[in-house]
Amino acid sequence: MSGFLAPDLPLVVVIAVLVGGGVYLILERSLSRVLIGVILVGNGVNLLFLVIGGPAGGAPIVGLTLRSAMSDPLPQAMVLTSIVITLALTGFLLAMAYRSWQLNEHDEVQDDLEDRRIARMAAIDQAYIEQRRHPGGLEALDEEAAAARDEMASFVEEHWLAEDDEERV
Amino acid sequence: MDWLVPLPVVLPLTGAGLAVAFSRSPRIQRTISVTVLSATLLVAASLLFAADAGPLVVNVGGWAAPVGISLVADRLSGLMLSVSAAVTLCVLLYSLAQGLAEGDREAPVAIYHPTYLVLTAGVAIAFLSGDLFNLYVGFEVLLTASYVLLTMEGTRARIRAGTIYVIVALLSSLIFLVAVALIYSATGTVNLAQLAERLPEIDATTRLILQLMLLIAFGIKAAVFPLSAWLPDSYPTAPAPVTAVFAGLLTKVGIYAIIRTQTLLFGDGRIDGVLMWVALATMVVGILGAVAQSDIKRLLSFTLVSHIGYMVFGIALSSRAGLAASIFYVIHHITVQTSLFLVVGLIEQKAGSTSLNRLGGLARIAPLLSILFLVPALSLSGIPPLSGFLGKVGLLQAGVAAGNSLAYALVAGGILTSLLTLYVVVKAWNKAFWQPPPSEAVMNRNPGGMVAPTAALVALGVAITVLAGPIYSYTDRAAGDLRSQTPYIEAVLSRGDRGEGPSPQAAAEDAGR
Repeated sequence: MSGFLAPDLPLVVVIAVLVGGGVYLILERSLSRVLIGVILVGNGVNLLFLVIGGPAGGAPIVGLTLRSAMSDPLPQAMVLTSIVITLALTGFLLAMAYRSWQLNEHDEVQDDLEDRRIARMAAIDQAYIEQRRHPGGLEALDEEAAAARDEMASFVEEHWLAEDDEERV
Repeated sequence: MDWLVPLPVVLPLTGAGLAVAFSRSPRIQRTISVTVLSATLLVAASLLFAADAGPLVVNVGGWAAPVGISLVADRLSGLMLSVSAAVTLCVLLYSLAQGLAEGDREAPVAIYHPTYLVLTAGVAIAFLSGDLFNLYVGFEVLLTASYVLLTMEGTRARIRAGTIYVIVALLSSLIFLVAVALIYSATGTVNLAQLAERLPEIDATTRLILQLMLLIAFGIKAAVFPLSAWLPDSYPTAPAPVTAVFAGLLTKVGIYAIIRTQTLLFGDGRIDGVLMWVALATMVVGILGAVAQSDIKRLLSFTLVSHIGYMVFGIALSSRAGLAASIFYVIHHITVQTSLFLVVGLIEQKAGSTSLNRLGGLARIAPLLSILFLVPALSLSGIPPLSGFLGKVGLLQAGVAAGNSLAYALVAGGILTSLLTLYVVVKAWNKAFWQPPPSEAVMNRNPGGMVAPTAALVALGVAITVLAGPIYSYTDRAAGDLRSQTPYIEAVLSRGDRGEGPSPQAAAEDAGR
């Protein structure tokens, strides 16, 4: 065990900034920003491994460094593994963002299908109520529904939502 | 027998390498995959019997346990490996027949085989790992393979589903990684057996935080309720065999990790109350989601989420009976859920749709298909005497034995979920098989190569029912091991604080220098 020394404060601040910024970016809509966010958080976690490894020391090779002056090799082995994994996943996410841009001319993360269905049902019900109250309120609601993010509208219509309407009829 | 332990990892990884090398000749690739997965099944079955005498441990590279990485095959691992090997083999044969029948449009063979084998290897690493960081690596191996399988071909719908799946999985991996880092800093080890000895000694609040972080990470992967929204949105768009193997195995790897860590590392049961609420919410919310669906694939995805709740229920009871029932339920659910998704793939191929509004009359046209759907569907909803009934009875008995009001609430929730599952699958069966067919129905032929593996998997589900006695007593022994912790710890740290290997000698030499 590498002792209970106080952690390296500058490193802790850097980790906090990386993870904070990363979480902010992951909450964005664009996949490339999410990707940068994942990289930031990933690197923050990698630095965390350096902090938990305790103070830096000599190379952990028996016969080269005294046992007391060795640094802990295990976190470094783990951090190398996790860097490799992060790299592979970054490559995959980049390819996926590019493919999304090829297909849709943007790389935005789409809405959840169930959310869309519920929003749509609510809009239909609302339209019905509005119509009874004052006819002509329908257009406003259609505009509102169109303004909602729905780039996959055609796909969603074809595959899932059309069936709801069939059921309603 | 110890030499068998690494084989479920080594065989598929070697096969994956060979499959990449032969990417230009599909026939050789198919031979490699089938041979490798059949061999893995044999090895897993031998491990199942060998582990009944006590856990088998291999210290990788001869580095003794707390220093090196250990692979451990105990009863739980043996069971999970055997079932997963059987399921992956059936799904592979199914997808081969589908690829041949549809001109490989659904499954481009060149990347499909290596990725599928890597997925199998990742699942095996997770089941065998005796080391927390190695468990993380296993998760990453299987997740990376699953990203590729889910987004295969890169169509619009799959990229859309894949985006959500990949981001959520990445997030859970990061949480897991932070938990590993914090556990190492709190205890100075990532070896599961040594952690089991050291974790009870650290500060109780710190231990609780570590426990919750691991639980959140595994909860996302297992799709327990507040963390389950990603699943029904991403699974149904993948090709049928891919959805089947994901639904059967991937969430269960999360459940396995929860069982392993909650029993071995955090055996004090401090958060059982939270787990029980989570289990109740998962069961009820999941099945209500299924009631609202009109597409069989999405409907089954919601029942998958719902039935994860049963397994969490058994874990949360913190009793030998509850754990035994939970493990039995995992075994039952892997086979039944996978066979249901395979049958849905057959339906889609036959009638060109999985929407309940466009299906009908299949019972007359395809009587075999209707039986293949009905048997696992009834088993899922817990109709006696099928395996789902036995698993649920075990869980309900363990819940009643626990005797507190929350456990009774869960028993009631379990029965309600079971009834709603029956409603959902009977609705699906009625609409797809009994109702008059729509006028423009197109009916293709199902190739025998796809029907046979599905039938084999359904038969496996029936076999679990027939052999429920021996299997249940095996899971009961596995649960006993897990509850008492000592067999695992003693097998890994066989020399008191170290395992077998030359490193104790090295340490002694170093001390003498």
